[in-house]
Amino acid sequence: MIEGASWRRWVFFYIPLTAFIIGLLFPFYWMLVTTVRPDSELYRPWNAPNYTPFWTMHPTLEHIRDLLTETLFGTWMFNTMVISISATAISLFCGLLAGYALSRLKFPFAGSLGTMIFITYLVPQTLLFIPLADIIRNFKLGDSPWALILTYPTFLIPFCTWLMMGYFKSIPKELEECARIDGAPRWKAMVYIIFPIAVPGILSAGIFAFTLSWNEFIYALVFLSSPDQKTVPVGVTSELVRGDVFYWGELMAGALLGSIPVAFVYSFFVEHYVASLTGSVKG
Amino acid sequence: MAQVIIRSLNKKFEEVHAVKDVNLDIRDKEFVVLVGPSGCGKTTTLRMVAGLESITSGRILIDDKVINDLPPMDRDIAMVFQNYALYPHMSVYDNMGFGLRMRKFDRGDIARRVQEAAEILGIQELLKRKPRQLSGGQRQRVALGRAIVRHPRVFLFDEPLSNLDAKLRVQMRVELKKLHDRLGTTAIYVTHDQVEAMTLGDRVVVMRDGVVQQVGEPLELYNEPANRFVAGFLGSPSMNFATVKVNQDNGAIWAANEGIRIKAPPGCANRLSRYVGKEVTLGIRPEDLHVASAADPAELGFHVVVEVVERLGSEILLDVAVGPDTMVASVEPSVRASVHDRIRLALNPERLHFFDMQSEAAI
Repeated sequence: MIEGASWRRWVFFYIPLTAFIIGLLFPFYWMLVTTVRPDSELYRPWNAPNYTPFWTMHPTLEHIRDLLTETLFGTWMFNTMVISISATAISLFCGLLAGYALSRLKFPFAGSLGTMIFITYLVPQTLLFIPLADIIRNFKLGDSPWALILTYPTFLIPFCTWLMMGYFKSIPKELEECARIDGAPRWKAMVYIIFPIAVPGILSAGIFAFTLSWNEFIYALVFLSSPDQKTVPVGVTSELVRGDVFYWGELMAGALLGSIPVAFVYSFFVEHYVASLTGSVKG
Repeated sequence: MAQVIIRSLNKKFEEVHAVKDVNLDIRDKEFVVLVGPSGCGKTTTLRMVAGLESITSGRILIDDKVINDLPPMDRDIAMVFQNYALYPHMSVYDNMGFGLRMRKFDRGDIARRVQEAAEILGIQELLKRKPRQLSGGQRQRVALGRAIVRHPRVFLFDEPLSNLDAKLRVQMRVELKKLHDRLGTTAIYVTHDQVEAMTLGDRVVVMRDGVVQQVGEPLELYNEPANRFVAGFLGSPSMNFATVKVNQDNGAIWAANEGIRIKAPPGCANRLSRYVGKEVTLGIRPEDLHVASAADPAELGFHVVVEVVERLGSEILLDVAVGPDTMVASVEPSVRASVHDRIRLALNPERLHFFDMQSEAAI
């Protein structure tokens, strides 16, 4: 806390904090207001006498209804869900094992291997999609969920591996040594002792991986073309922007509904997630 | 029940030769303590016995069977770690039963053995708790319990008491001793604390820089240290050392420097005669010095100046200046001495130690 006179607390704490929170939440508020604003208000010019950009007097759910009935939004949600969960599961599984191996096993080049995995994570997706597109075409995976389920791990696995590596390193190795003396072979020590202790780390890796794949845009845009294969971010932006016509109400409704699962996942696991960031292994 | 034999054991890490040619015969039911300053290779030796560290060369045998290549789980040992290494996500009961569960004991057996160990250690009420709800001493007990439920052939202890506060450490030390008397399992115990080593060990192994300095019963090591390092490491306050020159005078051997001139007792004289004209290290324990009385022969006394007086109740520690050296003398609590006093100390001729200047070996 800031010590001293109360004006100092206001100037250095409350006012900056309030500004920060407003800056952070305003886009979400705007999204919400635009979703429930009727079209008649939405396209009213700024110099009209009853122009009210920050609130609406006649909230309506018609944009949400249009989004759900006139577009393939439900299908997009389903696609995104399937792709995100599958990609997250694959990446988490690989990341868990790779992270464990790199942090615990002694083998030649373990250190440089870890660095190399990290470097692959640094290759920008905007470059990587070009060769990947070629691969997708060769394997005839284009325009199917597999195109994304198999390409998302290219950036999720390095990410999960690094996160898990750090987490495993924070677990005292004596726990595992003790388990091995107690009669557990290495894989049992891993499954019964290390993984349960690493649950907070696994959850944060999972949440991050899920969010990254849920919001991913460029691979989804490039590898999918038919409307019924699209994911939410691509579907909403490509199907609701026709030339220079923006269906702002439906766009914002799509953004709003599309962010609900992510918000849900975060709030559900937030306790574990915070615990993992503060390091919670107690001897 | 088992005997452990270590033959020419070596461990090399990339650049460090951590354990050099260690040989050790640990008898059945024996409590052996490895002691030495940090980095002396004692923990590495223990970890090689446990199978947690690979062996560079040499052999380790338990009951005449070479175990070099056995994984830790098949060596039938139990280990207690310095930081307890309790599984944080399991209850005390599950912590203690884990080893048995891994070895496919049935539930009834596990419950019976855990109950039995908990009774021995007095932790029956803690069985449902998680490790984080326990105090340091309780965690230590659980770690011990986890080791004893398995009825292993050998117990390994890696500085198990060093995370406890001083009072608890003394208490647990006594309990460990009792526990070992009761169970009679062969035990190897690593510590850097010489008091623990002296009180717990049936035999003590002093190590330095990966080399075993001396193996023996505690008092044997205390009374007849093999070299200057062992002499200085064991005992508190530690042994006084002074560099003295050996002279021959009137058929007797004398050891002298600027502050001391004492006649070597007949026992030492023979051994010292080789060193006439050379310097050696004189070692004398604080409790072997006393304030001289008329009865003390002149050739075993010397004058000192008192620098510090530490009254401990049962004894007084005098820090004194002897020529260029300082020494500590532990004297009777009835002695009246104050700072800057010039007094005469006498030493017990039976308890003198002499060490070679180069090799540091006892003469």
